[in-house]
Amino acid sequence: MVNLQDISKVIRSKNASPFELTFDIILRDKTYYDQLKEKRCINKGVLAELYGIAEDDINDIIYFDPCCAIKVTLKRAIPSGSPGDTDVYGAQQHAPLLTLQVEI
Amino acid sequence: MNNIDKQFKILSPTAILGYGFPLESFMNGIREDPDLIAVDAGSVDPGPYYLGSGKSFTDKIGVKRDLRHMLKQGIGRKIPIIVGSCGGSGAAPHLEWCKAIVEEIAREEGLSFRLGLIYSDIDKQVVIEAIENNKIEPLQYLDKLTSDVVDRSVNIVAQIGVEPIIEAIKLNCDVILAGRAYDPAVFAALPIHLGYDPGLSMHLGKILECAAIAAEPGSGSDSVLGILGPDSFILKPLNRIRKFTRESTAAHSLYEKSNPYSLPGPGGALDLRNVSFRQLPDGQVEVRGSRLIPSEKYNVKIEGVQKLGYRAISIAGSHDPIMIKNISDIIKDVNATVADILHSENIDGEIYFHIYGKNGVMGSLEPAQEIVSHEIGIVIESVSSSQEAANTICTITRSTLLHYGYAGRISTAGNLALPFSPSDLPAGEVYSFSIYHLMEIDNQDLFKIKVVEI
Repeated sequence: MVNLQDISKVIRSKNASPFELTFDIILRDKTYYDQLKEKRCINKGVLAELYGIAEDDINDIIYFDPCCAIKVTLKRAIPSGSPGDTDVYGAQQHAPLLTLQVEI
Repeated sequence: MNNIDKQFKILSPTAILGYGFPLESFMNGIREDPDLIAVDAGSVDPGPYYLGSGKSFTDKIGVKRDLRHMLKQGIGRKIPIIVGSCGGSGAAPHLEWCKAIVEEIAREEGLSFRLGLIYSDIDKQVVIEAIENNKIEPLQYLDKLTSDVVDRSVNIVAQIGVEPIIEAIKLNCDVILAGRAYDPAVFAALPIHLGYDPGLSMHLGKILECAAIAAEPGSGSDSVLGILGPDSFILKPLNRIRKFTRESTAAHSLYEKSNPYSLPGPGGALDLRNVSFRQLPDGQVEVRGSRLIPSEKYNVKIEGVQKLGYRAISIAGSHDPIMIKNISDIIKDVNATVADILHSENIDGEIYFHIYGKNGVMGSLEPAQEIVSHEIGIVIESVSSSQEAANTICTITRSTLLHYGYAGRISTAGNLALPFSPSDLPAGEVYSFSIYHLMEIDNQDLFKIKVVEI
């Protein structure tokens, strides 16, 4: 088991719209990517537990071969900039992924 | 029709007009003899306030600086200049703001040209009729649009496609300022008009709208060049510290999108399933295989916000371990005390505590249960129907928290370190996104074009 950050070169979050938060995980190389893709290590169950959300609030998880990336999009609990929001750009919601344990 | 065997060069100065660019990079682009200078000036990223208030999230000095270089270099050389989503949000007040800056520069520099203005605003009645005719559908995670929501919304705009921009090009405009526009459209309109492939033009636009963000190292404040040919396009850095790589270019398809294989836009979707990237010397990348699949119906994304009231905030900190340990209970008690006061005075409103060190950044998504920081930051936020009421709620909440006698308290002189005097700040109007839907349109006449000789 390794931390996701140890095998990734990019882990980031950002709004995909004012109502969606999207996460990009770009792996360091194809070997890691292929293993994660084959085992579907990043799946709705893992993400729902990590962020304490319902699986229904997670959109498709897309494995993007051209740059060895995994993309996940979630429903925002509060739309960008509405009262109670904490991160208008959605750029600082990635940190729990850094230490997510994945099997390599 | 142009000869599309000839290369078509597009200079993208910066990711957002006003974010700046090194003059050397920009001039390297000018020396390439570009056929178009285009830039995106907007985004919904900064939140609903800017569309609602009619103000720009970019600074006038920054926007004027960028535009001055574009106009000075472009006008004399007869290079068309196209700006999209003017003023940040692209409604009429934003477009007027940008136009005034262009006019100021023209006066100061003695420039004259034909200016085209494209309005992206959509009349409420048009939206309500579209609802009645079942021509509006919600985007992911939104409810069906109702006429009530439309009535409450302000500054409704559509992300226009290439068609209105092509209309302005046909009117021989030298400079085109567009209201809210689909980001790639300002780059793709002219080449599509000249006969270049729409898929390649749109994909190139999609990358150029972020300027050097897709390069390595990435930057939102540096210029790049796009070179469109008959069956591929090339990305070329204009700053020797950057290069495009196959990976950096492919990775850009992920950025701020929910699906990197299919990017829906006005009138069609960009299909990137068969795209290939080829590394060229000097940090250049060649891209081919992008396709634009026209949709059966022409949809535009419409955006609108509603005003919820006014906000006031107070910023404070605590370094007391007893207070930090009990912060959740303390906030609960303070909320109850304040609610009693507001109730007795007939003041309505909402209070939000942003506790940095606990879950100030991630809110409900925060997995950490315990506070491990030696100090915490507290932002008290109040929202109410008037600025006065918001101020009152904020101040009463701050003073209650400041002197609240929580269980186990040893520090009895005050619970908060307040960095500023005044400690409580009126923060103005509060908006929320209310419209983020697709609207089917029958013709492009919705978007008015005005031509002005400058």
